[in-house]
Amino acid sequence: MTVFLQNLVNALQWGSFYALIAIGYSMVYSILMLFNFAHGDVFMTGAYIGCGIAMLLLGLGAAGLLVLPGWLVLGLTILLAMIVTAGLGMFIERVGYRPLREAPRASAAITGLMIGIILETGNLILLGAQRVKFPALIQPVTFELGGVFLTNQKIMIVVVALGLALALHQFIRRTRWGMAMRAMAFDYAVVPLMGVPINRIAALTFALGSGLAAAAGILFGMAYPVLDPYMGIVFGWKSFVAAILGGRGSILGATLAGFLLGFIEIFVAMVFPSTLRDFIAYSIILLILVFRPYGLFGEPYSVRLRL
Amino acid sequence: MEPHLHRPSGALGGGRRDRAADFARGVPLLGWLFGALLAVLLESFFGRDLADFLDLPRVPVLFGFEYALNKPRLIPGTLAFLFLVYALPLLLGARLLRGPANRIARLLAARAPGVALLLHLAFLYGILHLWTEVSDYRLIVAKITLIAVMLTLSLNVVNGFMGEFSCSHPGFMALGAYAGSLVTIVGFTNSAMFGAALLPPALGPVFFPLALLLGGAVAAVGALAVAIPSFRTRGDYLAIISLAFTFIVKSLIENLEIVGGPRGLRGQPDWANLPVVFVCTVICVAMINQFVRSIYGLGLNAVRDNEMAAEAMTINTRRTKMVAFLFAAFWAGVAGVLFAHVLRYVNPGTFGLQQLAEVLAMMYFGGLNSVVGSIVGAVSINLLSEMLRPLEIWKWIFIPLLLILVMIFRPTGLIAFREFDPLAWIAPRDGNGSRERRENSGEGK
Repeated sequence: MTVFLQNLVNALQWGSFYALIAIGYSMVYSILMLFNFAHGDVFMTGAYIGCGIAMLLLGLGAAGLLVLPGWLVLGLTILLAMIVTAGLGMFIERVGYRPLREAPRASAAITGLMIGIILETGNLILLGAQRVKFPALIQPVTFELGGVFLTNQKIMIVVVALGLALALHQFIRRTRWGMAMRAMAFDYAVVPLMGVPINRIAALTFALGSGLAAAAGILFGMAYPVLDPYMGIVFGWKSFVAAILGGRGSILGATLAGFLLGFIEIFVAMVFPSTLRDFIAYSIILLILVFRPYGLFGEPYSVRLRL
Repeated sequence: MEPHLHRPSGALGGGRRDRAADFARGVPLLGWLFGALLAVLLESFFGRDLADFLDLPRVPVLFGFEYALNKPRLIPGTLAFLFLVYALPLLLGARLLRGPANRIARLLAARAPGVALLLHLAFLYGILHLWTEVSDYRLIVAKITLIAVMLTLSLNVVNGFMGEFSCSHPGFMALGAYAGSLVTIVGFTNSAMFGAALLPPALGPVFFPLALLLGGAVAAVGALAVAIPSFRTRGDYLAIISLAFTFIVKSLIENLEIVGGPRGLRGQPDWANLPVVFVCTVICVAMINQFVRSIYGLGLNAVRDNEMAAEAMTINTRRTKMVAFLFAAFWAGVAGVLFAHVLRYVNPGTFGLQQLAEVLAMMYFGGLNSVVGSIVGAVSINLLSEMLRPLEIWKWIFIPLLLILVMIFRPTGLIAFREFDPLAWIAPRDGNGSRERRENSGEGK
C-alpha cells in the first residue's frame, strides 16, 4: 500500500509534465486544426530559457545586486521564461505555420518537425554538447506521511501544473479572448466575419501553449536537473499521444490523459521490469483507441478534420 | 472528382527553361543514358589522373562537396573536374548520339516496349555500377539511397495516395529487418549468438530472396495491427495508433534478449550487393507504380478524397485500406531486410523517431501522390545529407530550413500528383522536336 501511494505521488508528478505539454498541443489543435510537432522542442527550449534566467537571477543575488528570496526567484523564473517562450511560440506560428494555413495539414506537420530539429541543433550550436545543470532554486524539504515520502518540490510541481491548467481553463471560459478562441475552434470560417482577428488569436494560442510548455520545462528541470537538447523529442511525442488520447481539442481531456499516461508509465514500471514500460503503456493506449477511437473526450470526426 | 488537396499549377515555370530546352530538344532518355555512361566511363578511366592534374586530393566522391565546402581553395579545381568529367560528356554525348538513340528507342518502343524498358534499366544499372566502383563510400551511399526510395515510395502509398498520416514505417522496417536478419544469421552464418550455420552458406544467396519475402511478409502481418483500427478511425487517431505501433515494436525488440535486445543484431552476411538492391528497388517501383495506376490505386484516391462517397461508389473501403497498408508494409519490410544487410548491423534504436522524421521528410519533400516525387525526394534528401556532411552540425539547420521553404512554397511537395508512365519517359523525342508529355495528373483519367 505504501509502495502504491508512493508511486501515486510519483505518477502525479510525472503526469504533470505530460499534462502541461499536452494542453499546448491540444489548444493549437482545437483552434488551428494542426499539430505543432515543434512543441516538444519548445518545452526543451523553455527549460533552457528558464535555466538561463534562474542562473542570471541567482548570479545577481550572489553579486549582491538583487537579493531575492528563493520562492520569488522561482516565481520570477517561471514567469519570465513563460513570457520569453511565449514569444518564441508566436514567432514559430508566424514563420512556420501561418503561411501554411490553407495547405494540407501534413505539410504543417513537416514544418513543425523541421522547426523542432532547428531548435535542437541551434541549442547544440549555441551551448555545445555538454549537458546543462539546472540550478536548485528551493531548498528540498522531505515530509513523511505514513511511510510515503513527499518533497516540497513534488507538491509544488503538481500544484503549479494543476493551477496553470485551471487558470487556462478559466481564461478560456471567462474572458473575451477565450470566447474568441472557442468560437474559432467551433467554426474557423465564420469567425473572421464576426470581427475576430484570427491571426491574433492564433498567435495568442501559440503563446499560451508555449508558455505552459516552458513552465513544464522548468518544473522538469527542478525535478530532474540535467538538461540536454534532445530531451524534448520523447516528451513531445508522448504528450502528442496524450493530447490525442484525451480527445481532439479538449483541454480537460488533454490534462486528464496527460496524468493518465503518467500513471500508466509509472505503474507499469512498478509491476513489470521497467524496460517493458513503453511496450505495455502503448499497448494499453492502442487498446483504448481501438475501443474509443475518438479518444476520451472527443467526438466522431467531421469533414473539416483531414490530414 | 474534385481533388481535396491543393494542386500546384503546372510544372517548373517556363521562361528560363527555354534555352535549356532548346539544347535538350530531341534527346530521348536513352540519349541521356548514353551521355551519363560516357561520363562515368571517363571518370573510371581518367578520373584519378585528372584529379591529380587539377591538384585535387582524390576523385570528388559526391560531386566534390565532401571537401570543397571545407577548403574553398579546391573549389575551382572541383568545378573544372565536374565540368570536364560530368557535364561535358553528358551534354555532348546526349547531343551527338541523339540520332542513334532515337532510332533505337523508336525501334524498340514500336516492337517490344518491355525490352526497351529493360534496356534502359540495364543502362541505368551499368552507370550506377561504374559510378559506385570508384569508392566504397559511394557504393554504400547508393545502396542506402535506393533503400530510401523503396521506403519513401511505400510510405507514399498510405500517406500520399490514401491520405492517412501513418507513423508506423519504422516499425514495419524493424519487423522486416529483424525477420530477414534472423533467417540469414541463423541459417547461413556461424554466429556467436545462434551457433553454427544450419544450411551450407553457399546456398545462402539462393535463399536471400526468400529472406526478403519473409521480411516483407512479417511486416505485412504486423501491419494488421494498424490496418484493422483504420476501419473505424482515421486522421489523427490513426496517426497515434501507428505511432504507438512503432513504439511497441521498438520496445518489444529491445526486450527480446534472444534477438540481442538493445544491443542489436550483427553479422548479417554480405548479400545485399548493388545488383540485389537495384533489382529490388526496380521491382518495388514497378509494382507500386502499377498498383497506384490500377483501379485499386484510384480507389485509394477515392478513399482519401471522400470515404463515404467512395463507399457509395461501390468501393470496398475496408479492403482498399487493408490492401494499401499491407502492400506498403510489405515493401517497408523488404527495405528493412536490405537495410540490415547493407549495414550488417541493426539495433532497435535505429527504428525510432529519427527514422520516422527522416522518411516523412523525404516523402513530403518529394510530393504527395506521386511515384516520381518519392524517388526525387528520397534521392535528393539522401544525397544532400551526405554531401553536406562537411557542414557538420550546421547541416541540421540547413536541411530543415530547405524543407520548410519547400513546404511554404510548394505545400504538397516538389512533384506532387503526377502520374508516372515509364513508356512515355523512354519514348523517342524526334517527332516534332517536342517532348511528348503523357505524364498527366493522376485525377485526369
